[in-house]
Amino acid sequence: MFMHKKIAGGLLAAALVAACATPDHTAGVTPTRGPNLGATPSPAMLAAMDISIPPSGAGLPAGSGSVAQGQKVYDAKCQICHGPKGVGKPADPLVGGMGSLASGKPMRTVGSYWPYATTLFDYVRRAMPSNAPQSLSNEEAYAASAYVLFLNGIIREDQVMTAQTLPQVKMPNRDGFIDYSRK
Amino acid sequence: MSKVEPSPQVAATAETPATTPADNTRRRFLTRSASVAGTLAAGGVAANAAAQEVPAWMKTPGAPMRAYGTPSKYEAPVQRPFASGYASVSPGTGSSRTPHQSLEGTITPNGLHFERHHNGVPDIDPAKHELLIHGMVNRPLVFNLATLSRYPMVSRVHFVECSGNSGANSGPKPVQGTAGTIHGLASVSEWTGVPLSLLLNEAGVAAGAQWILAEGADSAGMSRSVPLTKIMDDAMVALYQNGERVRPEQGYPMRLLLPGWEGNMNVKWLRRIKVTDGPTHTKDETSKYTDLQPDGKARQFTFELGVKSIITFPSFGHKLDRSGLYEISGIAWSGAGRIAKVEVSADGGASWREAPLQGPIFSKSFTRFRLPWEWNGTAATLQSRATDEKGNVQPTRNAFISQYTPGMNYHNHYIQTWRIASDGSISNVYA
Repeated sequence: MFMHKKIAGGLLAAALVAACATPDHTAGVTPTRGPNLGATPSPAMLAAMDISIPPSGAGLPAGSGSVAQGQKVYDAKCQICHGPKGVGKPADPLVGGMGSLASGKPMRTVGSYWPYATTLFDYVRRAMPSNAPQSLSNEEAYAASAYVLFLNGIIREDQVMTAQTLPQVKMPNRDGFIDYSRK
Repeated sequence: MSKVEPSPQVAATAETPATTPADNTRRRFLTRSASVAGTLAAGGVAANAAAQEVPAWMKTPGAPMRAYGTPSKYEAPVQRPFASGYASVSPGTGSSRTPHQSLEGTITPNGLHFERHHNGVPDIDPAKHELLIHGMVNRPLVFNLATLSRYPMVSRVHFVECSGNSGANSGPKPVQGTAGTIHGLASVSEWTGVPLSLLLNEAGVAAGAQWILAEGADSAGMSRSVPLTKIMDDAMVALYQNGERVRPEQGYPMRLLLPGWEGNMNVKWLRRIKVTDGPTHTKDETSKYTDLQPDGKARQFTFELGVKSIITFPSFGHKLDRSGLYEISGIAWSGAGRIAKVEVSADGGASWREAPLQGPIFSKSFTRFRLPWEWNGTAATLQSRATDEKGNVQPTRNAFISQYTPGMNYHNHYIQTWRIASDGSISNVYA
């Protein structure tokens, strides 16, 4: 019954059984009606949970941070993983790699690769430092962001990051991405 | 047969905890079942002295029932290899990998589903966890596990695959690792949960909305942007995994499931969906999981995972101890839909033979293929090549990597090659 026909390399044809013309039960159906049990969130809950910051800067909090303040925050809380002045190790380098992306040895850092400065604030505030996430004040998050931008030569030492200034920072690789979401 | 070592530590990088040179230095001879390795002789002579006696386990009452079962103790070596990048600061940052070389079928046991965490597994009290839906909606809503559990549910068998899976093969030299070490950041479960479209329809999506932001309740606050079309198509808030509540490392008490799209977007510990007019450009969709081309431009939002297959037996770590009939076995999957065809080559791609597929064939899930193979004891080069129902064909390694900067280690789905030496040992090679 099992007739093995040899081809190059010794692969054998398996005994095939003709497939039955059965209906496809693997897709299932998707329900369209629910019991409407969603509750209304309080304004306080919305304010506390809505921490994501898009490139427009919408939702950035009040406060400000300078490069000098940021250096203090960085040295105390970030350097242990990202190295002095953002050189990296054990965590990702934050600084350097400018012009390296097409070199065949790309170095992707905040300065060389990240398209938006808002992403830096968003991520620092929500996830850094990784041994104490969400422990930074808004001022500290602005300041740490300012320091990393300064180390990359993107802002001057006397610039201050706020809800107004941060979204206006033009990152060097702003136009370095091709949107595949519709391809 | 040498013993299998549990949990080989694998080298990690910050982003895609890469694979492991560890396998290079520790040649192990795995079989598909650890118990087989330990107890069975490979030879054809069945009878032995012990067989003449009544086995001990027939002469004494067996163990009692257990409230929650575990695998046989003889299978203890079947484990996930894992790596932690920042053990001193964040021991839970890293990944563990499904040991495909030791598994069969298509469903991944819950305890062997791969993990990729960006700051460990949170210990979430389900009574205190809420899911907020807000942003561009007519009325923001909050759900909890109790209310969500009242909703109509769907069950779907789908893979989840990290976009860094198989990244080990992006290096200049092939890493000598098992199928799980190289390709183990992909697993399949039957996921059960509430279609996210139901919840968004209840909230009422406002005109102009195009995307959502999904956010997790872990200490990385993992967040990703997803086009609204995908959310309304087949996204699910998954509450169950293979019939039981989603495991903590898979997002307990609830995770986002985006069938066929890169693992990182399937946000675990889901706590918030914000409906937006555009992408938020979070850290993990800009600085990570973007595909850099040789010209310095990067492809962003490459969500759908490519058609892919790997041979799981025989593969690195197994050893063929004699010539004769073997069954080649592997898994194939595609983010675009069902697998339509898998071909197998034993001569490095010079000739191909179509392998029968094990049904049922689910969309965006593993499909098992098997093919008998007569090994004549000489060197052979095994490959598999999958085609999905949309006509996408798994590319060769050279065709894939030429699109990207050297070492680009995301979304790799090219053909895997295993070289069988004449002594039956197996290595990972590039072809």
